[in-house]
Amino acid sequence: MIAIVDYRAGNVTSVLTAVNHLGYPGKITDKPDEILQAERVIFPGVGAAREAMQNLDDLQLTGTIKSIIADGKPFLGICLGYQILFEESEENDGTQCLGVLPGDVVHFRTVMHAHRQAQAEHKLKVPHMGWNGIAFPSNGADNHPVLNKIPRDSEFYFVHSYYPRPTPQDILLYTEYGGWLASGAYRDNIVALQFHPEKSGRPGLQLLDNFCSWNGAVP
Amino acid sequence: MPYVGSKSLNEIFTSLKIPYKKITNPERDRAMLSKRIIPCLDVREGRTTKGVKFRNNVDIGDPVEMARYYYEEGADELVFYDITASAEKRGIILEVVEKVAAEIFIPFSVGGGINTLEDMKSVLVAGAEKVSVNTGAVRNPQILEQGARAFGSQCVVLGMDVLRVPSSSSTPSGYEVVTHGGRTRTGRDALQWAREAEERGAGEICLNSIDADGTQEGYELTLTRLISTSVDIPVIASGGAGAPEHLTAVFQQSFADAALVASLVHFGRYRIKDLKDDLSQAAVKVRQRW
Repeated sequence: MIAIVDYRAGNVTSVLTAVNHLGYPGKITDKPDEILQAERVIFPGVGAAREAMQNLDDLQLTGTIKSIIADGKPFLGICLGYQILFEESEENDGTQCLGVLPGDVVHFRTVMHAHRQAQAEHKLKVPHMGWNGIAFPSNGADNHPVLNKIPRDSEFYFVHSYYPRPTPQDILLYTEYGGWLASGAYRDNIVALQFHPEKSGRPGLQLLDNFCSWNGAVP
Repeated sequence: MPYVGSKSLNEIFTSLKIPYKKITNPERDRAMLSKRIIPCLDVREGRTTKGVKFRNNVDIGDPVEMARYYYEEGADELVFYDITASAEKRGIILEVVEKVAAEIFIPFSVGGGINTLEDMKSVLVAGAEKVSVNTGAVRNPQILEQGARAFGSQCVVLGMDVLRVPSSSSTPSGYEVVTHGGRTRTGRDALQWAREAEERGAGEICLNSIDADGTQEGYELTLTRLISTSVDIPVIASGGAGAPEHLTAVFQQSFADAALVASLVHFGRYRIKDLKDDLSQAAVKVRQRW
């Protein structure tokens, strides 16, 4: 069974719908024991970092998430569930996050500040909302099992105003928006994505399918 | 593709005493987001209809089937607009939303008759990514803040119906926000309303020109460019698409982030792929694999 963590960060039904459509059993849950017993875990979420972290604490899920990851079970973070895996986010005047991946989360405006002029000319709209492509880093991540059968020219659906800055060896995918951002990260049994695979048509479903049949090991 | 200047647009900016923003060179946008093509389905009591200038609606099919078709055809997103007249039949749209959410895996939004936070919630819980507020936001602008706080800005789309009017002190941009398909004037300036909505937390604007709607003579390019270059949130152009070159124009000349299509695709005149091929030829970046 695939546990889809519900920590009151947006509607996660679409993730369950996609997983079921692919033929995998899934369950939306906020119960630590159910999450710990699951064979794999999807950690979705949209919304603000501060509230998400607060909700995880209130639901006593912070420790659960960390131990699932430590147990080596396949773990997929999506969107906000990607961002709060890092140490700290700029959102809501600075929010301490889970810290299971090194790096921080910044707003588009912050990093683009240095290129303010270019940005004004470019009319970079925030949120980064819509379909965008992917590029593979040179760290060997393109062999990752979750990227199996994903065509290079696939596009995925993004909606976000903040993005994480992982360490280079953890980067799974790049996407260009104003500059290059890490649209995916990985480490051991963790895969995390900025875009929404459950809303990205066929390539998104392929990626979810890959995750749902992945043993959690990076070759 | 050089920027084609518009005297009237510059005049508008000058008259409003707002800093003129340099308009981007579309060539440079190619490394950026794909422009979205969004079929719009007007749904009345559970059936898709199509009218001209909000009148003379004819039945054109089952919205769930049409959603499946457009998903397979490469639509980037879908919009459902509930034009059900009677309050007691409003619940029907939620059944449509649930069915659509179960079988299509691209984002879609739902609008029409959204007046309260509860209305927004029911649509999002049924499975829509976004909810579009139009008249409800004109009546009670705070719904935008409330919606953004409760569900996140990315869920909140401001729908605007806009009419070209003589420039006046209340409508300096020469565009007025209207409701009820243009039958009710609000006295609000369209540009000011767009900016206010952004401030209040709208994550996107769906901009419908009443003048262009149903004409199939092309989008309202001046209006679209005015709004799209004045806010930092994405703008969806709506109303008037009748040929593939209208899409090219609204993306290249007016910098829309997405374009709504209805008659253009509903009657099989064009397939989404035809439109995308045309845009690709014109160097507009679109999603070509689905």
